[in-house]
Amino acid sequence: MAVAASAPTRALGIVGGVLVWCGTTIRIMARNKAGFIGFIIVAVMTIEAFIAPIFINFNTAADVNAIYQGPSLHHLLGTDSEGRDVFTQILVGGQDILEVGYLASAFGTFLAILLGILSAYAGGWLDTFLTWVADVFLTLPTFAIYAVIAGTVHLNSNVALAILIAVFSWAGLMRAIRSQVLSLRERDFIEAARALDLSLPHIIFKELAPNMAPYIAIHFVIGITAAMYAEVGLLLLGIVPLSGQNWGVMLNFAWTRGAIFYSGSLSYILSPMAVIVIFQLALIVWTRSLSEVFDPRLRRGA
Amino acid sequence: MSDQHHAIEFQHVSRTFGHGKNRIYAVQDVSFTISPGRVLCLVGESGCGKSTTGKMVAGLLKPSGGRILYGGRDVATLSDAETKYFRRTVQIIHQDPYASLNPVRSVRQTLSAPLLRHKMVKNRLELNNRLHDLLMQVSLTPPSDFLEKYPHQLSGGQRQRVAIARALTVQPEFIVADEAVSSVDVSLRASLLNILLDLQHRLGVTFLMITHDLAVAKYFGWNGQIGVMYLGRMVELADTVKVLGDPVHPYTRALISSLPEADPDKTRTKERLELRSPDIPSLLRVPPGCSFHPRCPLYEEGLCDVQVPPLDVYSSDGHKAACWVMARELQQPRARDRIGEQGVEERAI
Repeated sequence: MAVAASAPTRALGIVGGVLVWCGTTIRIMARNKAGFIGFIIVAVMTIEAFIAPIFINFNTAADVNAIYQGPSLHHLLGTDSEGRDVFTQILVGGQDILEVGYLASAFGTFLAILLGILSAYAGGWLDTFLTWVADVFLTLPTFAIYAVIAGTVHLNSNVALAILIAVFSWAGLMRAIRSQVLSLRERDFIEAARALDLSLPHIIFKELAPNMAPYIAIHFVIGITAAMYAEVGLLLLGIVPLSGQNWGVMLNFAWTRGAIFYSGSLSYILSPMAVIVIFQLALIVWTRSLSEVFDPRLRRGA
Repeated sequence: MSDQHHAIEFQHVSRTFGHGKNRIYAVQDVSFTISPGRVLCLVGESGCGKSTTGKMVAGLLKPSGGRILYGGRDVATLSDAETKYFRRTVQIIHQDPYASLNPVRSVRQTLSAPLLRHKMVKNRLELNNRLHDLLMQVSLTPPSDFLEKYPHQLSGGQRQRVAIARALTVQPEFIVADEAVSSVDVSLRASLLNILLDLQHRLGVTFLMITHDLAVAKYFGWNGQIGVMYLGRMVELADTVKVLGDPVHPYTRALISSLPEADPDKTRTKERLELRSPDIPSLLRVPPGCSFHPRCPLYEEGLCDVQVPPLDVYSSDGHKAACWVMARELQQPRARDRIGEQGVEERAI
């Protein structure tokens, strides 16, 4: 064994390690067929949504001769109120929605983990205060507040919208994590870790957190669906600026421009709904494999 | 690890839990010394404060009163670095191997963490060698079969061996075995005890063996001492041979008389000490005076239920016990003699 490995060798080693980890993870996920299909759909749709806008230049010019056409070879999913191709809009319209979904859930989950562990470990007045704040957030009518805030503040970036959604969606997970940490930290294996003088970060991130990982991961995935619904809802109501092209804006236009009165526009109305539902369903099904990835006890076979 | 091992001494140590009305004394006024390389077995019924004592020895709980000395120094006054060192030199093996191993960490992860944290290995090769060594020491062979296993893939006995190996990673000088063999099959118990005994002989590890099973104490602590605890107090403390062969405290005698012998005829004819009550009083309502008096066959009103008997030296070999009646029976002949002598002198005058 080389004691002093050179930097490139070490970098190669790290890359190799990550690849092996990915391979193992995918192999574990593949054991649950439904979950793996969910994962494939989520992965393909996500990659597509972020890559498509780079390659596809969506032509925003209206074509008055092609308004509300049904599906055809030329327009796979028909056309919209301005005669533009719906299929292209579906392809490029996922980025905003997914970005906000992923970011909002990531922020919210991070906030919940941070505050949950802090609350459980600090105890005393800080714990009481944080729990109280969480209780208040849990009782707030979230969507109404999104609507009010989005209506008063000009939310023109995805990150801002994601933060807004995250701020109102951490409380449930935070309460769950707090109580799990309170229970886990009394376990014998944590006491053994303390006796071995393992560091507090080690105890929190290597001993406690992995025990909560399945729960956190599933909550993260479900958080994505909730954030997407919130965003699409705000876009449909037209409360946040309708900038660019995305599935939510499509639904808003379909609704406000009377697409429901034309028989040929059925595919226009249904297409954004369908992709949203397919993506959400894939996410939920994916969670079945996720629990196996994070909990070795659930893994079947060797 | 330093070359010199240190004694651990308890001086009138108490530990309470709860506040106000609900305050209980889990451990009260307990004193003992464990010399380096020796074995002390703590025995007693559940709730008598054995485990609390063990956790205080391991530095996982702070005493509410009294002092714990490590190598002659009060552990409460140690610096942060010294406290860490002290904590590392004293390791604990828990009762339940299903709870003491992290279910999401493999054997390799569990054992590597302390080795890496305390820089006890220099590189991967050394780490692997050390992991193999550790598993060999606890008879998990071949080690490569066990390193990548998760706790749920191991049997109870194998888990307990992993827990022992984990305690050995930091080369402790002191091990608190908290009912470490109680939860495994009787057939495996002896082999686990032998592994621990081997550590004691080979590495000179000091042991605090906590058990409710006198047979375990007899087997493991034959050359050491036994401390008998009852409702948070130490009621008898002496060499194992003395406690088992010539018990003084009525509670110890009751415990020993309930021990089955290997010979059924012996067990059948064995003299049984009948307790006045089979129930252990609640720690919330500890009886006044000697806390054993409501159950004690030697109970005498006015003597036992007034003051707590001190753990006094009972005989010249250092046999300590806390019992008013036994102390009086020991001293009375002499006391009577003295009165007699005085009487003679008075008459002579």
